[in-house]
Amino acid sequence: MERVAIIGASMTQFGQRDSWIRELLAEAGQACLDDAGVEGSEVDHLYVSNMASGEFEGQTGIANAVAHDLNAIPAYTARIDQTSSSGGAGVYSAWQSVASGASDLTMLVGGEKMTHRTTAEATDVIASLTHPAEYKHGVTLPSFAGLTARRYLHVHDAPRESLAKVAVKNHKNGVDNPHAQFQKEVDLETVMESPIIADPLRLYDFCPITDGSAALMLCPESVAKEYTDDYVTIAGIGGATDTHVVHERADPTVMGGVVDSGEDAYEMAGLGPDDIDMAELHDMFTILEFLQSEGLGFFEQGEGWKAVEEGVTDRDGELPINTSGGLKSKGHPLGASGVAQIYEVYQQLMGTAGPRQVEADTGLACNVGGFGNCVITTILEASQ
Amino acid sequence: MSDENQPAMEAARYPDGSILYPAHPVGPDGNEPVGTVDLSEYTATLITWTSSTATPPGVRQPNHLGIVEFDVEGEPVRAIGQLTTDEVEIGETVEAIYAEELREPGAGIREPESQAWDGYRFQPVE
Repeated sequence: MERVAIIGASMTQFGQRDSWIRELLAEAGQACLDDAGVEGSEVDHLYVSNMASGEFEGQTGIANAVAHDLNAIPAYTARIDQTSSSGGAGVYSAWQSVASGASDLTMLVGGEKMTHRTTAEATDVIASLTHPAEYKHGVTLPSFAGLTARRYLHVHDAPRESLAKVAVKNHKNGVDNPHAQFQKEVDLETVMESPIIADPLRLYDFCPITDGSAALMLCPESVAKEYTDDYVTIAGIGGATDTHVVHERADPTVMGGVVDSGEDAYEMAGLGPDDIDMAELHDMFTILEFLQSEGLGFFEQGEGWKAVEEGVTDRDGELPINTSGGLKSKGHPLGASGVAQIYEVYQQLMGTAGPRQVEADTGLACNVGGFGNCVITTILEASQ
Repeated sequence: MSDENQPAMEAARYPDGSILYPAHPVGPDGNEPVGTVDLSEYTATLITWTSSTATPPGVRQPNHLGIVEFDVEGEPVRAIGQLTTDEVEIGETVEAIYAEELREPGAGIREPESQAWDGYRFQPVE
């Protein structure tokens, strides 16, 4: 199986945008075509990561719409929906299309338009992924986070402030990301005194509702040099699921999909947690950064909070996590997030991350759908 | 606790002895259920809880929620549900209390006829 290269990448400004979903996807798509130096008509496969354009906006058939808007006809196209991990699932499909030999040039565009909806409406669209036994009780993704955070703090005797420090760290990183929704620091006191959303979690423990899009261009590594001198490769990728009913998991503080997808990605790459130089984790809620950093083997179970307290995951720490600002500060346009994670790792490995730049040859992205229901872990390496 | 005029809080029992709530077409061993258990006949232990203030359309605000664990003759069975109060602690014993309507059907995105809207809340045992 031939290794797959990423030869171009883009992302739009994340935040509250006037553009609708087609415009957002076309904006990132065209920027990616320009970055890779290819025409839309050259693309063999076009994947569009999007969770709910039909529910949010009343626009279905989005994959074909984007193909037309990017002049990518007659490319094969498909919409990839895996809730919050639609972007990561799109990366998986795009990688698969090239690695299998089915496509010589694959484009992935992920995006979501959400901010025209009220918080209650957007929360309900996302919560509709839950099992009927959960939905009828009014269970939402933020409430899963509150339930898990309380259990984590209780079992591991972790201080509440450790969660707040994830928000402080990621907001600090977001200051240097011109695409981030929030480019401002927050202090510990602000986080700890913000309104309760899902006790013990507060407003600043949650990512915002966001519009935005991101895109990648992939090809076999053997022909990457025909497009560009510098590129990154997908060294390993894994996708896994956990129970649909969240309370059935043996340990509420462990996401099996993170563990399983990570193991698959490490095995394919022939690497382990110690080989990773930087990571983008799905911090939709601050507690998720602990669960993923432990599930991926960066830290022992129950020790992830200590790494944040000790500055290990700071930009200048031993293992920088969420140099982009994460979903927390950058924003979380559902279908775009997993693609934008790869965009950040790509920038870091290419050495083009500007003031966010860290020393890295190998990076990892973990994109979580639902509350750990579906997870994609991807490991990238800089080209030799 | 259980009342014969109320629907059961029905969990499914599988051939390997495991019990799941809600019931699934197949259990952890890949086999179909062989029986049911009415969890409302048992008390449970509160594993964790939250009080959610950002609730979707048709849901009470705040919405107190908990994950509980029943002990059915030595077999642990977990469930999620609304709590009657946020005056609770992890490890507390709770009982299941029937509610005819947990949230307003049709107020949210899900088709009202696609699922049931009644169920059991949990309240601390006095």
